[in-house]
Amino acid sequence: MSDIDLTRRNFLKTSAGAAAVAIAPGMMLFQVAHGESEGASSKVRWGMLIDTTQCKEGCNDCVTACNKENGLSGETKTTDSQWIRKIEIKDVSSGRELSLPMMCQHCEHPPCVDVCPTNASMKRADGIVLVDKHRCIGCRYCMMACPYKARSFVHEPLSDQNPDVPRGKGTVESCTLCVHRIDQGLKPACSEACANKAILFGDLNDANSEIAQKLRTVASTQVRAELGLNTGVRYQGL
Amino acid sequence: MKKLFFSVLLCLCIPMAWAADATAPKHKLDIGRGGECVKDPQWMRKNHMHLLKHERDDAVRKGLRTEKHSLKNCIECHASTKDDSVIAREDSFCVSCHSYEAVKIDCFECHSGTRKSAWLQRNAK
Repeated sequence: MSDIDLTRRNFLKTSAGAAAVAIAPGMMLFQVAHGESEGASSKVRWGMLIDTTQCKEGCNDCVTACNKENGLSGETKTTDSQWIRKIEIKDVSSGRELSLPMMCQHCEHPPCVDVCPTNASMKRADGIVLVDKHRCIGCRYCMMACPYKARSFVHEPLSDQNPDVPRGKGTVESCTLCVHRIDQGLKPACSEACANKAILFGDLNDANSEIAQKLRTVASTQVRAELGLNTGVRYQGL
Repeated sequence: MKKLFFSVLLCLCIPMAWAADATAPKHKLDIGRGGECVKDPQWMRKNHMHLLKHERDDAVRKGLRTEKHSLKNCIECHASTKDDSVIAREDSFCVSCHSYEAVKIDCFECHSGTRKSAWLQRNAK
């Protein structure tokens, strides 16, 4: 009896294997023929290195560029969306002052994703943390979970959005690392706008990329590293 | 006599039928530039929502953006040549059928209903 079962199991195994071998190349050819993009790859991890020594106090270029690119109003009331904001910090004992941009840190282990009840808050294969607004029910758990206060809620109906950046009332949103630009092979708007080149964007996984080389040679910090979130945005000179 | 009566009645019916025809809802539709880049119109009328729904998940969650099935590209061709929009007027491409069928579209609560080139022109500063 057990003999028969074994052979049947083996037969099923081999036939399944053979089927897979037969189908796989066809699928590959189908995808190639239809010219489909490969989509986000887990071989890549997008990140940023922000050089706070180059970030000028009072300069707001990255914020303005972000607002323009993503169609944000630029207002800073509590009910307005802010995807990136400039913060000034001061070490009380030494009096050292710093200015730096703060936005979604694109964590490897994002708390916003953990708490989302609908799987709307999610991390793409290439490390970009996004809100899938098709699923977002606007509960704002993710806003509470985020240690960086990076997310905003859209309170008012919007119109005339950027066709590349859909945004709407009743959903949570945050820095997308300009995902629509990345998918076209461009840099995020803030990184491009920074006159002092303080925002370096690149692939953290690629050892030859400018950002990976710089991370190897200079001291960098993750904000709230003690949380163990392994952020994709790193700061230099903090 | 009976025959005459019936023929008179019939004659009266014809203009009434015409009138009824005229009051039937006229389905005005501005298809913009139009064209057939995905499938034939009859197929699209029936199935466009399945394409959009499937591809939206692929695009947002996996970063698989196809030219052919992107909402942005639908709008690019089907936005009116008058106002560059698929939702601005009664007879705009999306609105016309959806109001006739009484099916609410949520897409444009977030997505722009305007052709990208027109949006860029307006927002070039």
